[in-house]
Amino acid sequence: MNEQTLVEPAQQDAEETLAGAEMLIEEVSIDGMCGVY
Amino acid sequence: MTAGLVAQFERGLTAPICLTWELTYACNLACIHCLSSSGRRDPGELTTAECESVIGTLQRMQVFYVNIGGGEPTVRPDFWHLVDYATAHRVGVKFSTNGVRIDAPAARRLAASDYVDVQISLDGATADVNDAVRGAGSHEMALRAMAHLKAAGFRGFKLSVVITRHNVSQLGMFKQLADDHGAQLRLTRLRPSGRGADSWPELHPTAAQQRELYDWLSAHGEKVLTGDSFFHLSPYGKPLPGLNLCGAGRVVCLIDPVGDVYACPFAIHENFLAGNVRQDGGFEAVWRDAPLFAELRRPQTGGACRSCGFYDSCRGGCMAAKFFTGLPLDGPDPECVQGHGETALAAAGLEAPPRPAGDHSHRRVPVTIGRRPPRRSCDENPLAGVS
Amino acid sequence: MSTKPGFDLDRPWRLDERVAVRPEPFGALLYHFGTRRLSFLKSQKVLAVVTALDGQPSARAACEHAGVAAEELDLYARALAALAASSMIAQRAVA
Repeated sequence: MNEQTLVEPAQQDAEETLAGAEMLIEEVSIDGMCGVY
Repeated sequence: MTAGLVAQFERGLTAPICLTWELTYACNLACIHCLSSSGRRDPGELTTAECESVIGTLQRMQVFYVNIGGGEPTVRPDFWHLVDYATAHRVGVKFSTNGVRIDAPAARRLAASDYVDVQISLDGATADVNDAVRGAGSHEMALRAMAHLKAAGFRGFKLSVVITRHNVSQLGMFKQLADDHGAQLRLTRLRPSGRGADSWPELHPTAAQQRELYDWLSAHGEKVLTGDSFFHLSPYGKPLPGLNLCGAGRVVCLIDPVGDVYACPFAIHENFLAGNVRQDGGFEAVWRDAPLFAELRRPQTGGACRSCGFYDSCRGGCMAAKFFTGLPLDGPDPECVQGHGETALAAAGLEAPPRPAGDHSHRRVPVTIGRRPPRRSCDENPLAGVS
Repeated sequence: MSTKPGFDLDRPWRLDERVAVRPEPFGALLYHFGTRRLSFLKSQKVLAVVTALDGQPSARAACEHAGVAAEELDLYARALAALAASSMIAQRAVA
């Protein structure tokens, strides 16, 4: 069935989805390093 | 930034993520706070071939991008060639400029390139505030460059401002200026580096202004860039976006116009000199093996800041700010938001702080845009009077 | 019951061609030259999943190939969803 091919965030909103993923990935702007003009 | 990743980065990486590369000490301006004390070209600056070799090394090390600055990098005759060379070798380029060479054709050329970003320097939203720091005519010059970039369809170029006591009141105006030009605003911290060592006392923001700045930055989130330069403000509340740690010698560094490698562009002093790209093994060997960098990559204990509950968020602040105000590196930042820096400065006594290394300043200050009579004809033309 | 769109594990995925992957002791750095975003992959296993995407018929297969256990699949799917949200990865066109 179709639903089984999708991972359902269900009650989670997008922010929580990303928060859960924080264990595996994290994102920063390339401007976020101190010591560069 | 999770604690585990902070620890990883403080131990250093096998290659920088990005770095600053000052291409020349020559500059058409004489800003009173210039971190590199620029003005006059150094006779020993890297040749075009040497620059190409550095770029090849950066490509091999997979450095993602370089922020090319100076001095004013666009006055180098080989500037455009080097930018093209870098992007052709998978090294992204952002260059900092006062706008002197960003005319309409240059703007169009830049707008056409996917891998080049531009950062226009401006320190006042109005000419009176700006030109007091950067020289008469510099505000107009920057705005002209911005207009060309906008007309050429270059969306998202950077408007980069160094926060001072005199421009904190213009934060909203800076944002408006950036928005009006389709640009992204970037606010960075003034460090007492280069000529900034002398102008720091009257230029650096007050404690109250720092608080105002932190609140404004927090409200704007990722829409306003900071170059992670305000991590010393983290104790005020939620950390601002960025790694929130000193990247010097760990994830970033400086290559200067004569190939010297420093931990950071705000620390041009022999204590922070790691080596030179002209030595055996080039930049790669310096990054990997320099004793200075090994020292910086050792776990930091916090020193005198260890007992402060905020050390985890501020990491003791900026190494360069401490060094050039004469404070010990294992103690508080001079602008510590808890006031520990002020206390330390008061207790420091009358011994003069370390001086920045090298001074490529123009012999007369300030330099204004436009014609001025040269004191000696060879100031204008090094070959004047030579038959 | 309407569901929010999640990450489709059963489609073929690929790394965006503008993304540079730099392996590190802790996992990897990903840098997207177009968006200028930097992502940290925080384990060797998630790096293995990402590099397997191009050559596998589905993201689920790439996870299996990288040794992701069934009970971890949800976590890895959310990680891949975050990478998709920042344009690091995209669905491959079905031939």
